[in-house]
Amino acid sequence: MKRFIQFIIDFLRSGFSGGILFWAWMLFLSFFIMLWGYGEFVQIRDGMIVTGLNDQVSWGFYLANFVFMVGVAAAAVTVVFPAYVYKHHELHRIVVLGEMLAIAAVVMCLLFVTAHMGRPDRLWHIFPVIGIFNWPHAMLTWDVIVLTGYLALNIIGGFYFLYKKYADTELNKTFYLSVVYIAIVWALSIHTVTAFLINTMPARPMWFHSMMPIKFITTAFAAGPSLIIIVFLLVRRFTPLKIADEAFHALSQIIVWCLGIALFLTLSEIVTELYPSTEHSLGLQYLMFGHHGLNTLVPFFWTAMALMIGGFILLLIPKVRKNLLVLPFICLAVFIGIYIEKGMGLMLPGVTPTPIGEFAEYTPSNIEFMVVGGIWAIGFFVLTVLIKGAIGVILGDVRYTESESRTVQGEQTKAATT
Amino acid sequence: MSKQETKVKDANGATRRDFLRKAGTYTAASLSGAAMLLSDPKPAKATANVSWAEHFQKNYRLMTDEEKEEAIERLEKRYSEEFGKKVKVGSEPAIEGVLFGYALNIQKCIGCRRCVKACVAENNQSRGEKQQIEWIRVLRMEKGKFSAEDRDVHGYPEDYGIQVGGNAYKPAGVVLEGQHYYEPDQVPEKDAFYLPMQCMQCEKPPCVKVCPVRTTYRDPDGIVVIDYNWCIGCRMCIGACPYWARRFNWGEPDLPAEEMNPDTHYLGNRPRMKGVVEKCTFCVQRTRKGRWTGCVEVCPVGARKLGNLLDPESDVRKVLASKKVFRLRADLNTYPKFFYFMD
Ligand code: SF4
Ligand code: SF4
Repeated sequence: MKRFIQFIIDFLRSGFSGGILFWAWMLFLSFFIMLWGYGEFVQIRDGMIVTGLNDQVSWGFYLANFVFMVGVAAAAVTVVFPAYVYKHHELHRIVVLGEMLAIAAVVMCLLFVTAHMGRPDRLWHIFPVIGIFNWPHAMLTWDVIVLTGYLALNIIGGFYFLYKKYADTELNKTFYLSVVYIAIVWALSIHTVTAFLINTMPARPMWFHSMMPIKFITTAFAAGPSLIIIVFLLVRRFTPLKIADEAFHALSQIIVWCLGIALFLTLSEIVTELYPSTEHSLGLQYLMFGHHGLNTLVPFFWTAMALMIGGFILLLIPKVRKNLLVLPFICLAVFIGIYIEKGMGLMLPGVTPTPIGEFAEYTPSNIEFMVVGGIWAIGFFVLTVLIKGAIGVILGDVRYTESESRTVQGEQTKAATT
Repeated sequence: MSKQETKVKDANGATRRDFLRKAGTYTAASLSGAAMLLSDPKPAKATANVSWAEHFQKNYRLMTDEEKEEAIERLEKRYSEEFGKKVKVGSEPAIEGVLFGYALNIQKCIGCRRCVKACVAENNQSRGEKQQIEWIRVLRMEKGKFSAEDRDVHGYPEDYGIQVGGNAYKPAGVVLEGQHYYEPDQVPEKDAFYLPMQCMQCEKPPCVKVCPVRTTYRDPDGIVVIDYNWCIGCRMCIGACPYWARRFNWGEPDLPAEEMNPDTHYLGNRPRMKGVVEKCTFCVQRTRKGRWTGCVEVCPVGARKLGNLLDPESDVRKVLASKKVFRLRADLNTYPKFFYFMD
């Protein structure tokens, strides 16, 4: 027990150590986290009226970010899966970093949902036993189960591995591998259920199709690894942890395939909706071409398409894909493209027009931008600490010693500065 | 929902922007000290007076009779203080052997929206500048206008077989633009007819199914009710309702004390708080005591009928027996208990 507490302390100490650059980064994030605090404060005090949401568009920026982040969380399997199932050696070493990313992403998801709620003070109503958990009827309760389960699996899996490494004792392979394999399947479930959350409502015809789960998963497995590649490249640049090129090649291949399928599904959706052009396709038409001058979404949609298609074509070329100087920029483009397409580009045309055919445009208010920006900052904050701590353990800098003189080695601190 | 409200929204947008400009300075200030923020909040009265016990009460459906009594006593006390008059919060349960149904004669409706106003007054909806909530919307439907001038003389398909318009593109009996903001000099208008909508009290309500905490549920008399004290404001139900019947309290509701209707019901028209959902309940506070709903009472042309679907002698059953009726979006299998008919 004492050893475990020591592990937590040492882990955090390693997570929170670094040079000027590190502290500047954390300070930068803290600024946005403060904005989040202020935004939430105002929203709780005055109600959701401080957002841009209204009777016509009652789901907006918060849920858009939620849906997207669930995908990023699920995408941690793109590191875990090849590592364990295909015994991909290079990914094997850094699996735990993927798990850390998943933890940070789920934390963000939970914060986005809370921001979306009109009465966060009544959150306890949804807890089983003390509240009412409308399971199995309400899809949202399924989402709560899979998300908290996923968070737990990643915390258990990730930290069990790190702790064993820290204490320098043998891993219980059966236990660890079963957690890992369950987590892999579970990752698919979180995104599937999130798709079911919105595609089981015939009142919203644009979402009402069975392609939603698979489309969610493919876009997630394109956006997620894009982020992972960027994070890993940063890790390689700023910490002594060596990540071999092969790991990046494996991930960029996953991006190509998933992005290709996602684009194909998008094309299928467009043809299926626009060819007969029924009233049910008005949402998609509004997204793609606007509606009598209401066309805020139009440039976003086409930008997203350009980024995704452009990214796909570039990644198809092996030379480009394997060039680690260009790759992060393509990844960023893909990430942004999917963020638009699957975030606001999915949420808004889904609720527009309303069931009685009314079109209303929605732009998030500054409070919403503060809250959303702040939650992203919290995510990066958590991610930075977790990854730094984990790298400390993997490199063996942070390890258990009986004596009093256990410290985070200065070497790592120095390395982080450069 | 009237035109006014859209305007209000625009105006609101503007004031909101002003507010946010102020917010910018606040934020800068907040860096120097959060204390300033903490001194700032002016919680609306309604929120400030909510007692600890009210915060932690159970879901109404699961309360014992004593707990219900306590909860109601608490509310009556709070509301009476807040509105400066004796407020009654009823708890009448569903009447045995009653299943409420509604029938609306679209041929008679003249689009005057008196029902909308009566409903707001009866059910204590939020009103005024900041947020205006209405449970009934009257949709204005175009009668077809076809003329020789704007006729498309081309056949179809021509050239590449692309459909290029034609008279069928004229609206006739459809609403595609949310025409409930109409402002005529006089009703009924020559070129339109009207279709009022409100909560249809679906027998298979999708809103109930998606509610993660069972805030909203169907009572035995077929009314879909909401426990405003249990709602977490997730708005899943708003997404799931195919009739756009549910409204959200974006801010603290604005209900002037002198206009407040003190005869309320726990599941019906008692004053709501910010962050919760509300909708038409067929005036449970009235109908469970054998009275008509506000809208039935006020309709100048008698287009609205309410009754017990289980009683063959009720107005609604008579309509069902003798008229041609239809329900909206029957394809969704929600089985609304709100029927439309024509003479
Ligand atoms: S009309 Fe909408 S709110 Fe009313 S019962 Fe049906 S689904 Fe629920
Ligand atoms: S907003 Fe309230 S009533 Fe509607 S689904 Fe959520 S908790 Fe239930």
